[in-house]
Amino acid sequence: MSTIKSRPIYPGLSPDPNARRNVVVCDAAGAEAVVELLARADGEFAGRTSVVLSSEGLFGKESESIVERLKPATVETTAGLVPAIDRLKEILASATMGLRLYAAGSEPLIGSVVQAGAENFIDPLSVRTEHRGSLKRRVQCVHCKGMTENVTTNPVKCAQCGLLLLVRDHYSKRLAAFQGVCINAETPDESPELKVEFQ
Amino acid sequence: MVLAFKNETFRDDFTFSNSPAAIRRFPFPFVEDKYMYSVNIEPHELGPKGSVYEFPIDIDEHYVSEMRDRALVLDADPGRCQALPHMITAQWDMLELLMTSMARDYPEHFSLTRDGNQWHWINRPLGIDHKFTFGDVATLPYQPMEYIGRQCQGDFSIQDQRDGQLWMDAGIITTQADWSLDFDVGMNFFEWHAPVPLAHQAGVFDRALKFLLNMQHGRPVRRLNWTMTINSRLDTSPENYHKWGIDRTTVTPENVGDKVHLRVELQALWRLPRSNAILFSIRCYMIKMRELATVPKWGRRLPRVLRTLPDEIADYKGLTRYRQTTIDWLSKYDDGAPTSLGGGPD
Ligand code: HEM
Repeated sequence: MSTIKSRPIYPGLSPDPNARRNVVVCDAAGAEAVVELLARADGEFAGRTSVVLSSEGLFGKESESIVERLKPATVETTAGLVPAIDRLKEILASATMGLRLYAAGSEPLIGSVVQAGAENFIDPLSVRTEHRGSLKRRVQCVHCKGMTENVTTNPVKCAQCGLLLLVRDHYSKRLAAFQGVCINAETPDESPELKVEFQ
Repeated sequence: MVLAFKNETFRDDFTFSNSPAAIRRFPFPFVEDKYMYSVNIEPHELGPKGSVYEFPIDIDEHYVSEMRDRALVLDADPGRCQALPHMITAQWDMLELLMTSMARDYPEHFSLTRDGNQWHWINRPLGIDHKFTFGDVATLPYQPMEYIGRQCQGDFSIQDQRDGQLWMDAGIITTQADWSLDFDVGMNFFEWHAPVPLAHQAGVFDRALKFLLNMQHGRPVRRLNWTMTINSRLDTSPENYHKWGIDRTTVTPENVGDKVHLRVELQALWRLPRSNAILFSIRCYMIKMRELATVPKWGRRLPRVLRTLPDEIADYKGLTRYRQTTIDWLSKYDDGAPTSLGGGPD
């Protein structure tokens, strides 16, 4: 993964023992990394930790069991990535000094957390991140600037303008997205098949 | 020197061409018969009279038409000009550097009168006569970078320096060789160079960054970069690639001479005095194969360079589709004679 120079490195979660408050955003796959984080930290760490869970693709029962396993950290369950980030923004807006931010799960989730942090003057490098689960990407169309979410194929059809996009290995932290560029501009009669590349 | 500005286009009917004098002064970038990425940085010292290095900021016969093209691009896509809020001091630094250089070196065309912060700028070719207060954005019709950027040939980006890195936090980029300011703004030196092949592994960017971080005010540097463009299109942005990419399929043995252009970027870097940022200019020169072949040394050398260019670099620059056709066309100018070192004509 680290061969792409514009893509951040996700070194894995580690507890910050000095943080007064830990805020973690994760999805189902990332929750496993959070369970391991809590197990590694001392007993008081979990008490200072609140988790925002994006429960996209989970049944009620599955979410409940994740919440159970993350105890004694407090867990808020949200319906998906967008509401999870909205909730994070509320937390950050009222946050005080000594808050440490963590993100675990898919790359679009990590990117969105880092982005929300940056909007609140949290240094991207200070966010503790771990990639788990799907390799799906968020892609910005360089032509119409529209975002396509949960991209697993290359090429992919732009959700906004419909052009067939080559997903380049060039990543913007500001946009939390990879770059998509028209794949058949020089061969308009061809339309390459969509191959699953980021699963 | 009084320049005669041409009236020409860089889109649609592509009427751009170079005068014989512009061909002679073209900054041919190949100092030998092959090319590879390197840390090719040298002092941006004043060069011979009439050369593109005569002055720090080079204005030429294409000035007025290029500025017209830039205005069209910015109208259609304002995202080509962006500055993060903390870059305002650097924007004023840039305006000062360009206005003082242009007025000093081309007094027939530009003049600047300064009385403290009260500045009076006259741009005769573009018919601008404007009094403003240096440091007060409200006295300009645009932010300072855009104001002067709309009046100076070349794209510009401004890099903030912090944490031992350079950050591309502002730019006015309308004539780019297929990279997006809107995507790259806010990135650091390694991040925005991510798509470049071979050079990272060769340590080129590590060494270049180290050099740039230590740049001093008053000691600008420069380098040349190059690519090729089909038709004299200045706006070869990724934003519009779905419109211009098809041009690459239109090269035939009959039209190489007029359609295929060598595109050279004279890139100069200045440390800025107030902001400590680094200004990066990307001054684009284009020359048709037919024009280039009028200089025997260039006609000999370019086919040799293209033939031996590593495939990764050819692919990255987007030459692959018309590379061989261009080599074939140029080969009639290569009589096999040795070429002299350096880029200039013999
Ligand atoms: C702060 C100043 C600089 C800026 C803003 C800058 C910006 C860029 C950008 C935006 C690209 C296009 C990348 C893409 O494909 O998306 C590029 C390409 C490149 N840059 Fe820089 N650059 C700077 C300085 C340098 C220096 C000092 C070197 C010296 C070694 C260098 C070497 C290169 C090379 C070799 C390429 C590939 C060009 C090609 O093959 O066409 N750059 N640069």
